[in-house]
This record gives sequence, C-alpha cells and structure tokens, in this order.
Amino acid sequence: MSADLYGLCGAALVGIGLYGLIVQPHPLRKILAFNILGGGVFLLFGVFARRGAALSLPGDPVPQALLITGLVVSFAATALAVALLLRLAAETGRARLDDE
Amino acid sequence: MTELLSNTPGGTLLVFALVVPAAGLMLAFLAGGRAAMRVAFAVVAVQLGLSIAIARAVWDSGAALIYLAGGWRPPLGIALRADGISAAMMVMTAIVLAAVALYARTNFSAATERRADLTFWCLLIALSGAMNAVFLGNDLFNLYVALELLTFVAVPLVCLDGKPATLQAALRYLLFALIGSVLYLLGVALFYGAYAALDITLLRGRIHGEPAAYLAVALMTAGLLAKTALFPLHLWLPPAHADAPPAASAVLSALVVKAKFFLILRLWFALMPTLAEGPGADLLGALGAGAILFGSALALRQARLKLLIAYSTLAQLGYLFLMIPLATGPVNWLFWSAGAWTGGMFQAIAHGFAKAAMFLAAGLMAEVAGHDRIAGLAGIGRALPVATLGFALGGLSLLGVPPSGGFLAKWLLLTASIAEGQWWWAVVMLIGGAMAGGYIFRVLANTLADSPAPLPVAPRGRQYVVLALALCSLALGLLPAGPSALLQIGRVGP
Repeated sequence: MSADLYGLCGAALVGIGLYGLIVQPHPLRKILAFNILGGGVFLLFGVFARRGAALSLPGDPVPQALLITGLVVSFAATALAVALLLRLAAETGRARLDDE
Repeated sequence: MTELLSNTPGGTLLVFALVVPAAGLMLAFLAGGRAAMRVAFAVVAVQLGLSIAIARAVWDSGAALIYLAGGWRPPLGIALRADGISAAMMVMTAIVLAAVALYARTNFSAATERRADLTFWCLLIALSGAMNAVFLGNDLFNLYVALELLTFVAVPLVCLDGKPATLQAALRYLLFALIGSVLYLLGVALFYGAYAALDITLLRGRIHGEPAAYLAVALMTAGLLAKTALFPLHLWLPPAHADAPPAASAVLSALVVKAKFFLILRLWFALMPTLAEGPGADLLGALGAGAILFGSALALRQARLKLLIAYSTLAQLGYLFLMIPLATGPVNWLFWSAGAWTGGMFQAIAHGFAKAAMFLAAGLMAEVAGHDRIAGLAGIGRALPVATLGFALGGLSLLGVPPSGGFLAKWLLLTASIAEGQWWWAVVMLIGGAMAGGYIFRVLANTLADSPAPLPVAPRGRQYVVLALALCSLALGLLPAGPSALLQIGRVGP
C-alpha cells in the first residue's frame, strides 16, 4: 500500500518537474524543475526496490545502489548548471537565455 | 541467435579502453600545464592502438567480445560488450581524437599556463573514455552514466573561451541534455521495475512486448533524440557547435552526437529488435527526413562558415535516422536490411571524419582571415591550399560523390529504400544531396575566388591534419569489403 502511495507521489513529481522544465523560461527555475523531476525518478527507484524485495529482505539493494549513483550524477549536473548560470550572470549582468 | 554472457578471449582489452583514459585524466589533472598535453597525447595514442586491437579481435573471432566486470554475471554484475559496430566506432573515435590533438597542439599550449589549456586536454582524455564507455556498455544504467560523462565533457568544451555567447550556448545545451538524461533514467527505472535486469542481452530475452517496455523505450528514445539534436529538438546544436573553439567543434560534431545515436541503435535493434518494424521506426525516419530538408535549407542561408557546417551536421544526422526504418527484417538480407545497416554505420563513420576535417579547416580559415563570414573568404584557397583541399574532399563525402565513404553510405541507403519499396526516403536523400552540393559549392566558390589583397601563406603542418581526416573519409569508400563485414558481427535480428 505504502509503495503505491510513493509510486503515485513519484509520478506526480515527474509531472510537475517536466511541466516546469517546459514552461518556465528562467534558467534557474528550469534547474529547480530538473531537480524535482529527478526526485520523482529517484522515488520510483525506491518503489521498485520495495516491490522487488525477496521474502526475507526489506528491499532489493540494486535499485538503491542505482539511486545513489543517480543522485551523485544529478548533484554534479546541478552544480555545473548553477556554475554556468553564475558565470553568465557575472559576465552579462543578466541570467537569461533569451536574447532580447 | 542467442549469445552466452561469459568472458571471451580478448575481453580484457575492453577494460583497458576504459581504464587508460580514467587513469590518464587523473594524471593529467595532477600534472597540469604542458605535462597534461603530453599525457593526452599518450592516452590518445594508446587508445588508437587498443581500438585497432579490439577491432582485430572482433574480426578474428567473428563474434562480440564480452567481459564481465569482476567476474559477476548479469543481472547482478555488469558486462562490457564490443560487437562490430562498437569496434568500428571506437576506431573512428580514436583516429579523430588523435587528429584533433595534433591540430590543437598549436592552440592550447601557451608558454604560460592558462586554465583553458589544462581544461581542454583533460576534457579530450575524458571524452575518449566516455565515448568508449558508450560503445562498450551492455548495461542500461552503465550507459546512463556514460551519457552523463559525455554531457559533462561536451558542455565545458562549448564554453572554453568563457564568452557570454558561448556560456549561453553551453547552458542551453546542458538544459536540453539534462531533460534527455532524466527521461532516459526514467526508462531505466521502468525496465528494472518490470524485468529486474538492466543487461541488454538479458532484457532482450525477457521482453515480450509488454506495455512497460514500450513506454520505457519511448521515454529513453525521446531523451536521446533531444541529446542527438534530431529535428525538431535541434535548437541547442548550431550555437553550441558553431561558437566553440574549432578543435572542440570538431569533436562535438563528429563524435559526441554519434554516441547518442549509437544508443538509439542499441535500444531499437539490440534491446527490442521487433521495434524497428513498427510505426515508431517510420516516425524516426520521418523526423530524419525533416532534419535533412530543414538542416540543408538553413545551411544554405548561413552567412558564417561554422554555422553552415553546424547546420550541415543537423542534415547529416537525418541520414542516420533513415537507417532505422530501412534496416529491418532478417539480418542477412543483403540488399535490404544488411545494406541499410552498413550504409547507416558508414554514414556515421564517414560523416565523423568529414565533419572533423571541415570544422578544423574552418578554424584555420578563420585564423587566416580573422573572421568566418563566407562572403569574405576570397583568397583563402591560395593562403591555405591543403586545408581548402581537405574541406572540399570532406564536402564531397557529405554530398555522396563517389568514391567517398559518404557515397557508399548514401548509395547503400538508397538501394535499400528502393528494394524495400520505401522510395520516399530515396527522394529525400536525393534532394538532400543536391542541397548539400549547393552549400559546399557556395563555400568553395568563395574560398577559391581571387582576393584583391593576397593573404599571407599559412604554415602547412595543421593543414595536413585536415587533409588526413578528409582522406580517411574518402578511403572508406575504397575498401568496402572488410569494414562492411565487420559491421555485421554481433548484430541481432528479430
């Protein structure tokens, strides 16, 4: 039951994140939306770990290992994006992607 | 055809293809300065040797090389696997990287250490490892990590000079790439949830057309299309590829986009071989056709040489996607499926060589002329005769003029489309060829024109690098029998 709840939450986060990535023009908001979307995907990994558990184990360890790797990667990606954005703001005084 | 997942002779070579650049990267980063350049040269040379040894081993054994990391068998362990197309792409990558390293020696070796120099050489080493990780991965999550490595290498390459325009291009590229990777990762999660395995060979046996598999592949393909910059998800590519330093543009256009396409092939042919017979393949083919027409039309209208070459990359990527609806059916149908498969891979390899040559030539032209406006390139042909020849030969390969590798690629795809009764792809390819002729001719007509004030004659060293790459693209068309048989090794059919 709780796995279903988490699964639905993950799906909702994926939806919110994807929506934000597409409609928000500001790069910082896009980066935040990417993190929400990523959070949803990681939650799904947790759900699959719970569902795939063998009888005596509380959870399947493989998705948890994948999740940790994914977190590191998404953290690095966020850091790179924020660094680029800061540099862009320092060079131009604006942190926007459109050219107006 | 079933394949056993166990270590094969020569499998250890695959480990070295990943470990050498990883060790080299750490060494270069610690050593810094000019030593980083020497480490990069050493890594690139070793990788060239290794990739040829791997291609040789695949060719001799006639089957894919497999290495199980740590001796653990999938689904718990991770397998590395090199089949014919991995080996061919690895050799192409190694040759292009070696040429780019030779070319970049002049640009990125200032007497006083600059940050851009160290970054460039470290990124070049990292690129070698990331590309090989994509070509050798047989585990979907491992491939996700390889994809992210590529993103983290490619984005800084775009903005090496730190100008606002390139920072913007890099950030836009990164955002597209992040959407792509997270969609890919969602697909990976679905596959694990549904089948409790991530190894491509294992999954192929477990998938029997369940909706979860279709959803997962659709998500992963959409993510990869955004990263490959297939029309209409191409917006980030032209500024990113055109504003980067020439050596970076060359590797981005020749190599990085190919790695993403390679993964699409893995999903559509190795993971779910029945997929390419369905309507999805026609959709990808239609997007490819759109890319050919749209990219070529925009290339014709560009005023700047590097933007023209970047839009031509969009168009040439379109040809790659035409192989997906064409390479269906039993793998041994010589003039249908096998021909289209070989044609598509030849296109990927020939375009890699030709596009690297053209971007490097454009870099030399911009150094001599001080700008890269096509209308102002008169007299370049006299100042840079060898580089202009290289540009022209690369262009002929894009056009598909015999005997170039590009000719062979397009001829095989054309034959397959006629033989399979999908003649509409042939029409698009012919129109695209004519348009490519238009934009290549426009550049050549300007560079070969006489200028009022003669430009100084440039040194020839780096011009020969350009020519060598263009000749590689040309030579592919002259020795078709060996490579085309290699490309079929380890291929999986429905």
